[in-house]
Amino acid sequence: MNAAPRAPLWPGIVAAALVTAFAVAFMWAENEWEVVGVLAAALVAVLVARRTGWLAPAARAFEMREPAMNCVTIAALLVFVAFFHDDHFPLLMVGTVLVYFTVCLGLTIQFGYAGVLNFAAAAFLGTGCYTAAVLSAHTSLPHLLVLAAGGAVAALVGSILILPVLRTRGHYAAVVTIAFGLLFRTFLEVNDTLGGPQGLKLPSMNLLGMTFNDNFIVAGIEFSFYMHYVLAALALAVLAFAVTRRLERSWIGVSLDAIRLDETAAACFGIHLARWKIVAFTLGNFMAGAARALYALMLGFIAPTNFTFGDSLVMVSIILLGGIGNPWGAALAAALVVVLPEKLQLIQEYRFLLYAAMVILVLLYRPEGLLPRPLRNYLPGWRPR
Amino acid sequence: MDAGLLAQFVANGLMLGMMYALVAVGFTLFFGVLDVIKFSHGDVLTVGAFTGYSTYLGLKLLGVANPWLQVAAVVIVACAAMALLGALIAKYIVMPLKGAPALNVLLITLMLGTVLRESVRLFYPDGANPKRFPRLLPTDAVALGSFNLRLDSVLLFLGGLAVIVAIHVLINRTKLGLAIRAVAQDEETAKTMGINFTLVVLVTFAIGSAAAAFAGVMNGLYYNEINFGMGLWLGVIGFSAAIVGGLGNIYGAILGGFLFAALQTVGAVALPFASAYKDVFAFAAVIAIMAWRPTGLIAERTSERV
Repeated sequence: MNAAPRAPLWPGIVAAALVTAFAVAFMWAENEWEVVGVLAAALVAVLVARRTGWLAPAARAFEMREPAMNCVTIAALLVFVAFFHDDHFPLLMVGTVLVYFTVCLGLTIQFGYAGVLNFAAAAFLGTGCYTAAVLSAHTSLPHLLVLAAGGAVAALVGSILILPVLRTRGHYAAVVTIAFGLLFRTFLEVNDTLGGPQGLKLPSMNLLGMTFNDNFIVAGIEFSFYMHYVLAALALAVLAFAVTRRLERSWIGVSLDAIRLDETAAACFGIHLARWKIVAFTLGNFMAGAARALYALMLGFIAPTNFTFGDSLVMVSIILLGGIGNPWGAALAAALVVVLPEKLQLIQEYRFLLYAAMVILVLLYRPEGLLPRPLRNYLPGWRPR
Repeated sequence: MDAGLLAQFVANGLMLGMMYALVAVGFTLFFGVLDVIKFSHGDVLTVGAFTGYSTYLGLKLLGVANPWLQVAAVVIVACAAMALLGALIAKYIVMPLKGAPALNVLLITLMLGTVLRESVRLFYPDGANPKRFPRLLPTDAVALGSFNLRLDSVLLFLGGLAVIVAIHVLINRTKLGLAIRAVAQDEETAKTMGINFTLVVLVTFAIGSAAAAFAGVMNGLYYNEINFGMGLWLGVIGFSAAIVGGLGNIYGAILGGFLFAALQTVGAVALPFASAYKDVFAFAAVIAIMAWRPTGLIAERTSERV
């Protein structure tokens, strides 16, 4: 097969630059009206770009020149972070978005690829956090291992659910995970050894001799201490993204898609349903637990109220808003869901109401999400006609 | 254990079981006609309880002091309003998603539940705090040894029983019930037989939501307190009960409701050192039952069509 003409890279770079500029302006905006103005401008710009067809080349660049565009995206994020290098709040936001993104990548593997329902995300997030809290308080385990342990214990706790999840389908599977989520929250609240309703405190993260909770100075420029966490979260997110993407591209991804679309047909073709469902469920929980453990270290405090059923729902709404199965969609939706209520203090009180209304509208009028998952690209350069 | 205390536990368990069964019946009715899970059911219950409370306040302003009249008005207004709300939800939220993946329907109703819950919290006057629901029923008690049987509990239980029997009769003995069963069995055939599918669905949603409103008012009268979060918990338990019993089967839902209450009661009695863990125990038992009988105790009769 002849090599298809390579899509030009520059539309993607321009798009990334514009998004970064928008993000900087958005973070800079202080009062409500500026924020609303910037948002409205962005909305108009996106609509205009869609009408005039300017979005297509950028989307093509993202689709066809993926390795290059991934680097561009990371660079754009670093530029944004550099802009706010000594400002706590924007860095906290970026860290939060990155952690939510990583968690949602885990859920994408479960919901989007294997079709395994998981409405107990908060339970696995909580397991990761409490593991990290206990380990970092009572042992001198290096913190990188603490994160891995958080993920591992989340996956281990998830394995309790494997049998019921494998045996049930549809609504019945949903109730298993919902029941587990509620069970976990109740357990945390009545359990005194894990701090009960008061929760637990976590120490500062330590890595390679650096204490993460101190501001630091490089070449005469002072950086906020959140910069440590942002970089760590970025590393974690990049790792998780690479794993997710590789998984999707591989034969495992094809098997998972087959299982989601039609279990009976997949089984007829010799795909081991149980094995791949277990892999997807466990991997997803691991990623969620590890990422949230980092977030717990960043905030320094966890309590059962962080892990309610509502929190599980927020995670599911993110992947649904973004478009199930599309990691880029999850990134966009995570940014929207995390940052919007923080910037618009006016809607802070109403944020659950607004999330819920937003998801209802998306489900009614655009059920495939903001950035729908593109058709699987089996051959390099092949495009659906 | 002392017999009086045991009787107290049993009485309390029966009461809880009745409420759960009322909620679970709604879930199973909706699943029957439309094959969907309407997760906003619990929050419809909350709205129903708050509607009942507002009705009571309104009557007090109008100077109606007869408690029987007040109870009747509270129940009727709450049930009627929720029946309407249930039909509206079916028409504008659930029906448009007919044919969409089950996950989407589950999510949209979960989110609708959030909208209802948050609306009560934010827009009802002082909705974030629990409200004192009035004692409208006579509280005379008969002492049987160390066990106090209160008249209002008996009345509430009988009321719940009456609603369940009424739904049973409606489903099995009336023309409307025949239509509902026909739609549940096979939508297409039911349509060709001249059944108005949309109307049947709307009516079914109205009936289920009215039952939930009744459960909400019952909850308020029994515990004398309502809050905006009560429905979430009752909804999840009702859903679990319907699932444990087997979806689409009314008797399964009733069985599941009482079973869940029994599990909670047994959890509280058998684990005296840790009665705080009774919900943990109940949910763990639900998960175990699901692992044992993946489609509920009274299993759905389906076959895989490829």
